[in-house]
Amino acid sequence: MPAYPVKVQPPTEDKRWGLVMATMKRHGYQSNAMIETLHTVQESFGFLDDDSLRFVSKALNVPLSKVYGVATFYHFFTLKPQGKHTCVICMGTACYVKGAGELMETIAKKYNVHPGETTDDGNLSLVTARCIGACGLAPAGVFDGEVNGKLTAADTLTKLTKWE
Amino acid sequence: MTANGQIKIFTLKIDGKDVSARSDQTVLQVCRENEYFIPTLCHLEGLSNIGACRLCMVEVAGQRKLLPACTTMVSEGMEVTTTNDKLAHYRKMTLELIFSERNHTCSVCVSNNHCELQYLSQKLGINHIRVPYRFPKFAVDASHPYFILDHNRCILCTRCVRVCDEIEGAHVWDVSGRGIQAKVITELNQPWGSADTCTQCGKCVNVCPVGALSEKGRSVAENTKRSGFLPYLTARRKEKI
Repeated sequence: MPAYPVKVQPPTEDKRWGLVMATMKRHGYQSNAMIETLHTVQESFGFLDDDSLRFVSKALNVPLSKVYGVATFYHFFTLKPQGKHTCVICMGTACYVKGAGELMETIAKKYNVHPGETTDDGNLSLVTARCIGACGLAPAGVFDGEVNGKLTAADTLTKLTKWE
Repeated sequence: MTANGQIKIFTLKIDGKDVSARSDQTVLQVCRENEYFIPTLCHLEGLSNIGACRLCMVEVAGQRKLLPACTTMVSEGMEVTTTNDKLAHYRKMTLELIFSERNHTCSVCVSNNHCELQYLSQKLGINHIRVPYRFPKFAVDASHPYFILDHNRCILCTRCVRVCDEIEGAHVWDVSGRGIQAKVITELNQPWGSADTCTQCGKCVNVCPVGALSEKGRSVAENTKRSGFLPYLTARRKEKI
């Protein structure tokens, strides 16, 4: 059996693995580059599937369960593909007091989706954030990268219906 | 320990009594040596300390906050209080919260009468839980040829994670998610039986303080465990290096 480090080949021919390999190489295939590598996978592929987790685990010689633990601990990483559109509702203290909870409930009810999940048709991902730094505009939300403040339930639904 | 690796002897007060301790000892070790009772769940002799269960909290004079005895190193002139009303209150509350998080039903549990959680709650006089139970729904994983994992009984002490990583070296276990969603997983959150890295050594089962990990074929109250192997296993491995 060869001693570590073994050169591990990416699971598919996809060109995006080149970016992931570059990140690992830049850090000398050190196991402490795991989070950095997962970042690159997340940014290049949009999510982390089982194959990519297995690949990172093998290439950096980190136990599988540790990779999975890290991937599920941080909200930045997702194990499922993101929807076509992303709606982030700020649940920071100011926004929460100003009714972010109700906004969330309205969206969840209308689209049958829980925070952190994507609708079955893959169109909308509902995400929560812990303060986006726009407390003056509470309650605030980010719709596909565009920040909107002083939201009401009706506002939010109008925005979301445009995506349908 | 000092910078050049020399071990000093400190004198400290535990519950008003003078005791001496080596500078590389934790408060918990010194208290146990001098036969002061401190409840613990995540601590196990031979494993690293993480201070997760918060049952070993003690009062140290001059510190505003309570400190976990298992991760606090001794220092010269330290004044430690191991039992008072405040500590008893906190310890009971912590245990009650552990009970409320999962489905701990002693009467049908494999570890009934051999359970550290049960023992401690009897010892600390818990007779009811003052917070509402969460009643989470968890599946039981019986895919392993020899062992069973029951999340309903798990208290997330992570002894299994640490013993698998530190002693066996396989690191099959880890914790996934965070906060109330946290749970122990094998490999990629897959059935334990399909985890290739598992060496089937059973160390995780033997260190589990509750009935979350048990041997197959054991019925109610039949899950006896032995974790006495840990201190000498750690010591002998260190000697070889």
